[in-house]
Amino acid sequence: MVIYGVALLSFCMLFGVFVGDLLGTLIGVQANVGGVGIAMLLLIILSNLSSSKLKLNPITETGIGFWSAMYIPIVVAMAARQNVVAAFSSGWLAIIAGIAAVAASFAMIPILARFGKGTRSDH
Amino acid sequence: MIIDTLTNVLTKNSLITSFAFVGILVWVSYWISTKLTRGHIHGSAIAITIGLVLAFVGGTATGGSRGLADLELLAGIGVLGGAMFRDFAIVATAFGADLDELKKAGLVGAASVVIGVVLSFFVGAVVAFAFGFTDPVSISTIGAGAATYIVGPVTGTALGAGSDVIALSVAAGLTKSVLVMVGTPLIAPSIGLNNPHAALIYGGLMGTTSGVAGGLAATEPKLVPYGAMTATFYTGVGCLLAPSVLYLVVRAII
Repeated sequence: MVIYGVALLSFCMLFGVFVGDLLGTLIGVQANVGGVGIAMLLLIILSNLSSSKLKLNPITETGIGFWSAMYIPIVVAMAARQNVVAAFSSGWLAIIAGIAAVAASFAMIPILARFGKGTRSDH
Repeated sequence: MIIDTLTNVLTKNSLITSFAFVGILVWVSYWISTKLTRGHIHGSAIAITIGLVLAFVGGTATGGSRGLADLELLAGIGVLGGAMFRDFAIVATAFGADLDELKKAGLVGAASVVIGVVLSFFVGAVVAFAFGFTDPVSISTIGAGAATYIVGPVTGTALGAGSDVIALSVAAGLTKSVLVMVGTPLIAPSIGLNNPHAALIYGGLMGTTSGVAGGLAATEPKLVPYGAMTATFYTGVGCLLAPSVLYLVVRAII
């Protein structure tokens, strides 16, 4: 049943966000620490387990696949509700800080990617 | 009478209205992509850009903080594009992701989150200093904002920064988020962002969940789970480091 897939996805997300909130409280920050990441790991592990032992029914899988396919439309809606006005009307300091942070981070990607690949080929 | 009834129906069923609205927006974007750019610019990149432009128009028209979602007719956009559905869809993309790829990049992925937070923080701090801020609290708050728009106010509140500085830090974070969404597809080819390994590092360095989610959607949706995985740890790490270690470093320097 489709709802099994949707429910499994919901369970993973709720569990991940719950653990993320607990982690945040434990280390004393007012934020969720990796909740969505933990939820994703849980879903990957559960779906890998079930492929060998209790294989997910294809119809159950469509319950997850639908929300995965809704990702882009949801992101478009997310873009349409951003506070773009605040981003670009608070003056040059905010704009330059944002641009500089993005530029520096983009520049780091090839450096770190090479580093990671290098250590891998050493093995 | 017809207009009133229609407005009433659309407002009452706001989430459904948002499905229809986003559907039309995506359709128009993909049409522009194939007809006007001959597929050179990805349809979802156009859709996200149009979304951001509409958010600007909506925000200007209503004076609200939620872009198009502040128009009563399109309030459903606020739900569909809110953190709940965004995170739900992100988790769903993990279905079918390659566990081995994640394991392989574990260490670099974790390192990229810490490097990303520290890098953005200090870049933001330097810009704040260049703009004449000299007290460590304001500099750290703006630096934290350059990490993400959540780390900024969390840090500012913890350190007791003024509300004007906190507002600046949020604006810096929002600018970053918007730039990552629009800039990722443009810059992806030149920084080798075309494989899960690079996507994990990208997510960790950028950190803004909205930016990463939008940026990868516009570049290569298959990479979403890898980028999103590391990005979701960023804000937590930022909230941990910025008001503590990083603030102390700033105070020591100044």
